[in-house]
Amino acid sequence: MIGRRRGGRTLEFKDIGSHDGPLLVVEDLHTAFRTGRGTVRAVDGVSFEVYEGKTLGIVGESGSGKTVLSRSIMGLLPPRDVLRSGTVHFGGHELTAMDEAELRDVWGAELSMIFQDPMTALNPVKRIGTQISESLVLHLDMDKKEAQSTAVELLRSVGIPSPEERVRWYPFQLSGGMRQRVMIAIALACAPRLVMADEPTTGLDVTVQAQILDLLADLQRERHMAVILVTHDLGVVATRADDIIVMYAGRIVERAPTRTLFRDTKMPYTRALMDSIPRLADPSGARLDAIAGRPPDLIHPPKGCRFAPRCHYARDKCREKDPPLRTVGSPDHLFACWYPLVDGVSTAPPVPVTLGDPAPSASVATAGADATTTDDPTEAEPAQ
Amino acid sequence: MTDAQTAPSADVPQGDVVLDVRDLVVEFKSGRQRVQAVSGVTFQVRRGETLGLVGESGCGKSTTGRTLVQVQPATSGTIDYRGQDLTEISGRKLRQLRTKIQMIFQDPISSLNPRRRIKDIVAEPLTIWHQGTKDERAAKVREMLEAVGIDPDAAGDRRPGEFSGGQCQRISIARALMADPDLLICDEPVSALDVSVQAQILNLLADLKTRFQLTMVFIAHDLAVVKNVSDRVAVMYLGKLVEVAGSDDLYREAAHPYTEALLASIPEPDPDHTSDHKALTGELPSPLNPPSGCRFRTRCPYAQERCASEEPLLRELAPGHQVACHFPVGPLASAAPSAGAQAD
Repeated sequence: MIGRRRGGRTLEFKDIGSHDGPLLVVEDLHTAFRTGRGTVRAVDGVSFEVYEGKTLGIVGESGSGKTVLSRSIMGLLPPRDVLRSGTVHFGGHELTAMDEAELRDVWGAELSMIFQDPMTALNPVKRIGTQISESLVLHLDMDKKEAQSTAVELLRSVGIPSPEERVRWYPFQLSGGMRQRVMIAIALACAPRLVMADEPTTGLDVTVQAQILDLLADLQRERHMAVILVTHDLGVVATRADDIIVMYAGRIVERAPTRTLFRDTKMPYTRALMDSIPRLADPSGARLDAIAGRPPDLIHPPKGCRFAPRCHYARDKCREKDPPLRTVGSPDHLFACWYPLVDGVSTAPPVPVTLGDPAPSASVATAGADATTTDDPTEAEPAQ
Repeated sequence: MTDAQTAPSADVPQGDVVLDVRDLVVEFKSGRQRVQAVSGVTFQVRRGETLGLVGESGCGKSTTGRTLVQVQPATSGTIDYRGQDLTEISGRKLRQLRTKIQMIFQDPISSLNPRRRIKDIVAEPLTIWHQGTKDERAAKVREMLEAVGIDPDAAGDRRPGEFSGGQCQRISIARALMADPDLLICDEPVSALDVSVQAQILNLLADLKTRFQLTMVFIAHDLAVVKNVSDRVAVMYLGKLVEVAGSDDLYREAAHPYTEALLASIPEPDPDHTSDHKALTGELPSPLNPPSGCRFRTRCPYAQERCASEEPLLRELAPGHQVACHFPVGPLASAAPSAGAQAD
């Protein structure tokens, strides 16, 4: 068992836990890159909070800005090439006002990150034990021997068999799933308050993915950490996140407690992301309701709602005016849509000529119904 | 459209068998040892059907796929493609035959030469055989790019680096279709893609299959994806097939504990989804030293003594539904008393 080992030797952040209110507060964060073609506004006015011990899912397609967002919060993007505005407060301290030396005291110790690709995130020529103990020596003032034995314990806690032996291995000697476990051990070494996991299971087998996500959830419960789980797959966060943020083209388009998001989806984009996942309960050969096209160019985003060009229900107003992030009823359910869905049906006024309307196919119509009837797979049998 | 094949009675090969794989074994050298990636796999693919091959990394599914197009030689066994054993022929004859069997790979970006233009990449299968005139080839390139949803005018002169992963996968598919194949081997074609793009590519493959009357082998680790595209599914574990069934049957009546575990590990987009089954523990054992008896027994929650001593053979539990397990689970378990009796 690895407890929080902190002998008051490190930084002033040690009492972050006692801070009242949310652990992480992101306010109106903008992050843009200058390129030859123009300025890419990868994150365009994002605000949210994360509370202690909670899991926030951030979901979006490639190019939605979710990865830039997580790195921007961490302060991992090189300031030279990046325009950042807005604030990030972590445990009451403003991360956005810190220089790199100060951030180094936070990274790993209080706020750590699990990257998508463990093969490139791990140093290929260093033993995994050395890579784990690095932060223990740096942040917790452990001596080498102490750090090494803690590393063994950490490997054991992330489910690596015979850790005494494995601690001397190199990353290439481990499978993808094992490497991701090592990444988790490194991220958790100093018992951080918040772990940012950016696509931690993309590229892994579904069986290993389930193991890694379960492991992360167990450790989170044990240590009362907050977790931000960044993914493109709503299925990954459905049973694991307390709240979910859906991002599109650099902005939050819907944010709600997980169950609300799935049961009372407001934004057609969120619905479309759900429907594009193949469901086991659907008969084989069922056509998937794919989202046509691609996310927009963030140098010249479309006018009005950024999802309008790909939206089944877009009307003239959507193409003209940018919908604000707003609530209807419940204050913790935010969405940016002029014609939000009600019970899965659009409130957009019908278009005069309905012929051109991409009518949802039969599989779409049943997708919503299946959500409540998955316990009886026999019902999903195709009619002969 | 494929009702005849998906019917549960698809046991007897009705329609012709395009691909008949028997006792396929593929070995690799590992130092002084030999490691079997594929240990005696037998299956048939019928014309017009899609056979899904599913399993974890390291189970031998990709090696099997690569052997089907003979980029990986078989150690033993036969691969009969329309009456010709692919393991017997070589050289020009094999290459000629291989135009009919095309493969789509997992990583769409690295499977396209970054320095060539899209129209040249797609034309390659015809160019190497000097088929048609330059104009005919160009026309075919246009047709295929349009078929996969890529604008030939905008894309033709550009290079792969300018396209997203999903677009590169479309281009790979266009290239694979150039030589009018009748068998398409897809090795994890969507696992590197976002779910939204994944859905587009899966729909595209379904459309192309109908339009060009293709027979497909679809290899992936995600059973939900495999189920969506396949008529029948073969589940592979550590070099062997453990269950083969129609895809809806496999979902409803999974009989092998490993299939059950695969189904349980799929993240369903439903916050109230609870699986009755625990996630699979541990990892695939080393194929250098596979467990005795049933290869899955080291991770199987139901394993008993017999599983260690006796290897379960693939047997039929229901018409068209085969399983290699001494103690099958699910609705078919009770229907299989013969196995127990035969063992005693």
